[in-house]
Amino acid sequence: MDLGTIIPILDATLRSATPLVFVCLAGLFSERSGIIDIGLEGKLLISAFFSASVAAMTGSVWIGMMAGIVASLMLSMIHGLASITFRGNQLISGVALNFLASGITVVIGETWFGLGGRTPQLSGSGRFAPIELPGAATLADVPVLGPVYSDLLSGHTILVYLSIVTVALAWWVLFRTRFGLHLRAVGENPESVDTAGISVVRLRYMAMVIAGVLCGIGGAYLATGLAAGFVKEMSAGRGYIALAALIFSKWRPWYALMACLLFGFLDALGNRFQNMELFGINIPTQFMQALPYILTVVILAGFVGRAIPPRAGGQPYVKER
Amino acid sequence: MTRLPKWVDVALIPFINLLLALIVSGLVILYIGESPFEAISIMVNGAVGSTYGWGYTLYYATNFIFTGLAVAVAFQARMFNIGGEGQAALGSLGVALLCLSIPWPHWIIALPFAVIAGVVFGAAWAAIPAYLQAKRGSHIVITTIMFNFIASALLVYLLVNVLKPQGSMAPETARFPDGTHLPNAYDMASWIGLPFSRSAPLNVTFFVAIACCILVYLLIWRTRLGYQIRAFGQSEKAAVYAGINPVKITMITMLISGGLAGLMGINAVMGEAERLVIDPVQGAGFVGIAVALMGRSHPAGVFLAGLLFGMLYQGGGELEFEIPAVSREMILVIQALVILFTGALDNMIRMPFEKLFARAGA
Repeated sequence: MDLGTIIPILDATLRSATPLVFVCLAGLFSERSGIIDIGLEGKLLISAFFSASVAAMTGSVWIGMMAGIVASLMLSMIHGLASITFRGNQLISGVALNFLASGITVVIGETWFGLGGRTPQLSGSGRFAPIELPGAATLADVPVLGPVYSDLLSGHTILVYLSIVTVALAWWVLFRTRFGLHLRAVGENPESVDTAGISVVRLRYMAMVIAGVLCGIGGAYLATGLAAGFVKEMSAGRGYIALAALIFSKWRPWYALMACLLFGFLDALGNRFQNMELFGINIPTQFMQALPYILTVVILAGFVGRAIPPRAGGQPYVKER
Repeated sequence: MTRLPKWVDVALIPFINLLLALIVSGLVILYIGESPFEAISIMVNGAVGSTYGWGYTLYYATNFIFTGLAVAVAFQARMFNIGGEGQAALGSLGVALLCLSIPWPHWIIALPFAVIAGVVFGAAWAAIPAYLQAKRGSHIVITTIMFNFIASALLVYLLVNVLKPQGSMAPETARFPDGTHLPNAYDMASWIGLPFSRSAPLNVTFFVAIACCILVYLLIWRTRLGYQIRAFGQSEKAAVYAGINPVKITMITMLISGGLAGLMGINAVMGEAERLVIDPVQGAGFVGIAVALMGRSHPAGVFLAGLLFGMLYQGGGELEFEIPAVSREMILVIQALVILFTGALDNMIRMPFEKLFARAGA
């Protein structure tokens, strides 16, 4: 393989990793606060739909993204209501929200546009435009470094760069601020946080808000950056892949980025090659598609580095009386 | 904590939950600009207004009873088997391989073996997540989700590369030989001289599903193993103290659960399609979650909830046909709301009732 083959694959890796990064970080905040979120997939999907629809109606991708974030936040709040306020089963709530998203996006989409669940094709200001990094054109001719900089790193939409910034920000918030300390504590031992006079309920709702916003941005990227409009079921399991990446990274932001890039790379490889030969063995594309899930099961099994989730995950908190 | 009267717990609260789900669904239909009452009447009529409707309703119900029982059995041990989709897909594969590999002379001989194949393949697919939960503490919800995706990739691979007959373009197996043809509702009705729609896919597997309901009831409430499963679900610590082996119970419960999901393959693959297609389960594994929740994890409840969801699926299909503005995905919305209200937001209704009865009792 030469540079001319590798660069487009890495380029595609970056693009397919971006929604995963946002959604994975959403899951990170949620699960670190002790709320398991199977509903990432649904939030991603509903945001993709509302981003694309509102972008199509208003012609502004930014207003579209706002709408996507609001839609994702609403699902997040239902999840909060079910799992924090009413102490329901978080897994079941997540499953329900995923169904709700895949149903409602098509039902409303059909009413608004009548295109069988699609939104109109977006163009111009309805999409996120690629950004040329400074000096990309002049550096293009430099061997090796030139293509890496101007073809691989330059020319993505703003959300791709934002995703990397968000990882740094998530790390900073979680590990360098008081709020982050409280948040991590509430996911491990809510009683101690409560004893310290800090509201468990408030912290967990905050985590839900952050998760909602992040999934919203991820969905907006999916429908208006990566694609040019919404199609039915377009999240295509990315929410679950992000969940897998979250476990793979053992609930840590930078590792989450790495895991998302790895899974994005597998996705890019699978799209590029229908069949791959490795050491004389033909690897079917279905294997490539299943690989993130297989790797996650292996990690979960604890044979290669044990993944230990936040201890209070999945349990509603009942205040002592 | 006050104990609610039984009728409130098993009848009134689920009914209110269902009502809430229907009201919100009605609001969605209203938003689309159609009449929710007209929609309901079309759905009910489409589901049970003809033998054709019944034939589809009961066919769907058969699928949902299998997957619902699968989730319910796991719930008894307080495990959430979200992998019914993958286990049913593997069960379908098992049934298909069995039908294709042996020239069966008659369905009466083929059916018992199909039951074994469905159970074995479904249980095998549940075995690895079960083992990882029991021995390594990996969360069964996450592993079973992952196994759903792995199952779907595996099925696509096998159909495209191995099982597809030569020269065929479609990723599906050849049609099963005639000896595996299960009598459908039309055949069965004509034995006793009754008319029934020729084109409905309801078949003899429905009775297998009823038998499974009875067997699951006997297992959970009338055997030592069932007692151990329930004890384990109520309190793992107490169960272990009482000498119940948690690894064994986790494994056995999940194997039974996977096996029940796998049985769905008989209905969908052997009974209806008579070939293995790329997605034989069509989301029924997930519907099983809603069915088990609505049915309060009891076989009788699962049967009724399975019937209800069968009506919903068949009625929803008719709805799209009669009012094209309402797309088929409306079923998903209703299903989601049922899961949300009966499963996740259950306490929203339960808490006020508990307060009410606590006050009445005091």
